[in-house]
Amino acid sequence: MINPNSDLILSVNNLHASVDGVEILKGLNLEVRAGEIHAIMGLNGSGKSTFSKVLAGHPDYQVTAGAVHFQGRDLLELAPHDRATAGIFLAFQYPLEIPGVSNRDFLRVACNAHRQARGQDELDVFDFDDLLEEKLGVVKMEAAFLDRSVNEGFSGGEKKRNEILQMALLEPTLAILDETDSGLDIDALKTVAQGVNQLATPDNAIILITHYQRLLNYIVPDYVHVMAHGQIITTGDLSLAQQLEERGYDWLLAAHPLEVAA
Amino acid sequence: MTASLSPLASATADRRDRYLQTLALVLQAALPQDLPLTDLRRRAAAALQEQTFPSPRQEDWRFTDLSPLLALDLHPAPAVSDPDLPDWSDLGTPAVQLVLVNGHFCPALSRMEGLPPGAIAGSLRHLLNQPDLAPHFLPRLAQAPGQQEVFTALNSLGFADGVGLWVPPHLQVALPVQILHLTSAALEPQLAQPRSLVVVEAGSQLTLVEQYGGDGASPPVTNAVTEIWLESGAQIRHSRLQRQGQESFHLGKTAVMQGVDSQYAGTALHLGGRLNRHDWQVYQTGPQTTTQLQSLALLRGEQHSDTHSLVALGHPHGQVEQRHRAIVDNRAHSVFNGRIVVPQAAQFTNASQLNRNLLLSNQARVDTKPQLEIVADNVKCAHGATVSQLQADQIFYLQSRGISARQAQRLLIYAFAMDILQTLPLAPLRDRLSATLADWRG
Repeated sequence: MINPNSDLILSVNNLHASVDGVEILKGLNLEVRAGEIHAIMGLNGSGKSTFSKVLAGHPDYQVTAGAVHFQGRDLLELAPHDRATAGIFLAFQYPLEIPGVSNRDFLRVACNAHRQARGQDELDVFDFDDLLEEKLGVVKMEAAFLDRSVNEGFSGGEKKRNEILQMALLEPTLAILDETDSGLDIDALKTVAQGVNQLATPDNAIILITHYQRLLNYIVPDYVHVMAHGQIITTGDLSLAQQLEERGYDWLLAAHPLEVAA
Repeated sequence: MTASLSPLASATADRRDRYLQTLALVLQAALPQDLPLTDLRRRAAAALQEQTFPSPRQEDWRFTDLSPLLALDLHPAPAVSDPDLPDWSDLGTPAVQLVLVNGHFCPALSRMEGLPPGAIAGSLRHLLNQPDLAPHFLPRLAQAPGQQEVFTALNSLGFADGVGLWVPPHLQVALPVQILHLTSAALEPQLAQPRSLVVVEAGSQLTLVEQYGGDGASPPVTNAVTEIWLESGAQIRHSRLQRQGQESFHLGKTAVMQGVDSQYAGTALHLGGRLNRHDWQVYQTGPQTTTQLQSLALLRGEQHSDTHSLVALGHPHGQVEQRHRAIVDNRAHSVFNGRIVVPQAAQFTNASQLNRNLLLSNQARVDTKPQLEIVADNVKCAHGATVSQLQADQIFYLQSRGISARQAQRLLIYAFAMDILQTLPLAPLRDRLSATLADWRG
């Protein structure tokens, strides 16, 4: 939902970032306001996933130039866990398995870390279970998944649903969903999309990173950005995604060769 | 091996010989005379005369250097009357409790309530001197293989007391039985040598907890031997916790004799001590046995812990599951040598052994050696060993959910250890240890 008067949540200016000395992001600009859903599309290697990891603070990525502000704060100054408690959530393309840590304990520790950062009392086991019960419905997840180790032995679809369950619990201001549709069959995709749609409010914002237009049939974005060679090369609405689906990326890339930053 | 020793090496070897023989003499001089063990003492003395004090030149001691012991002028630790029991000795559940201080039985601190009629428990010294009770113990004392090993022989030569526990046939002992081994603070270096003998007769069941603790201004040395006999169909759940003070030396042997259809489920935790060695030996004396060995070493600072296990099969249809884990921080060192012997007679053995190590510092060290000796041709035997560090990607995943890096590390360490801790049969003990573990790394 576009409302030009709503609060600016994320502002990215001329962002450059490298991994192992190789520059991946080469001057990325983006503004996200409350209530908006943005889709970032692009071919493999265009820098989409790097962008999501830089926002979350992955230690392998070095920001070499530019600025990122989140609700007015300098995001790059914050440690990864402080970014999370400040309201940034990254749904991983490949969620990690944590053998030996039960999903329930993991979710409680994460939830209480957020509550602590907000100056709220930590929830005890019983209160937390009540809250969790309520959130399970968002992704239609069986309670049995809570007593298994985090993501261990989960199918691709179960892992992605578990990511959205975390999002439901942590209530981020900005959720970045990195290829959440990859590896999902159509039923799982619908469940995940319905979950995300339930969580979208006028006060938060969502960035969908995706390869394919398919996901956007279920989560309708307000803006569609196309990334190539580390920049956003064009921005449109849903019709841009539909054009990409029909025509591929070549025509766009031909129109936007790599610009060397002036 | 001794043929080509350099002059320097032979001087060291002389020193080790002298140390062992002197120690044997000191122990003999202090021997209690009132035990019917003349033969055992004589055999032990003879075994010691043919040996030297272990050095890293011997394969069994390759990674565990006992040189710091050579500097200690050891004397047998005396009996101490009624010290305070440490908080951790409380199992959090009703239990029969047998307390040894410096290897001497302490009746005032022991509690026999709840021991079912027919079962016998108490001071081994006392039991060996009762003509009607001794026959439950004497024929099995020091009859497990491996009696000639140096520290076993030292214990046989010099032990003053220990615990005897006998469970008659077809009896389920409802309450857990705890053997609490304490060392008292002393000004001079002392050697405590408890000897315990546990017999579970046919078809009976027992939950046994052994805890070792205590420290002193001068480092206490414990050389403990516990022998466990499981007759046909007997079952034991054995938890062994070594939580001695940071200056202590702990040498411990657990020898288990397993009869037909018996089940041994052991969990050993190595938490304390400056130098820890556990020789864990299981001998199959009949077919269709089930053996579980679960162990965890939690090491930091300069701690050294060595687990040498042996499962010696000799009959068909044995089931063995072994898991050893070590978490090693700072400059600590973990050693694991896991030997499983499957001779021709042990057809249809199903054995697995897995050793996993978590290194938390660049200077921490792990030496691991799975040693499966398989002659029988119709068996299933698997083994594996891994050494890893905390995974940066896992830590980042937890951080991205608002969990600080430090808390994330603690969570991962906890998860690694819980895999073994959860095999402890007593829930209150398990819960208390997991709480300790959460704070282990600070």
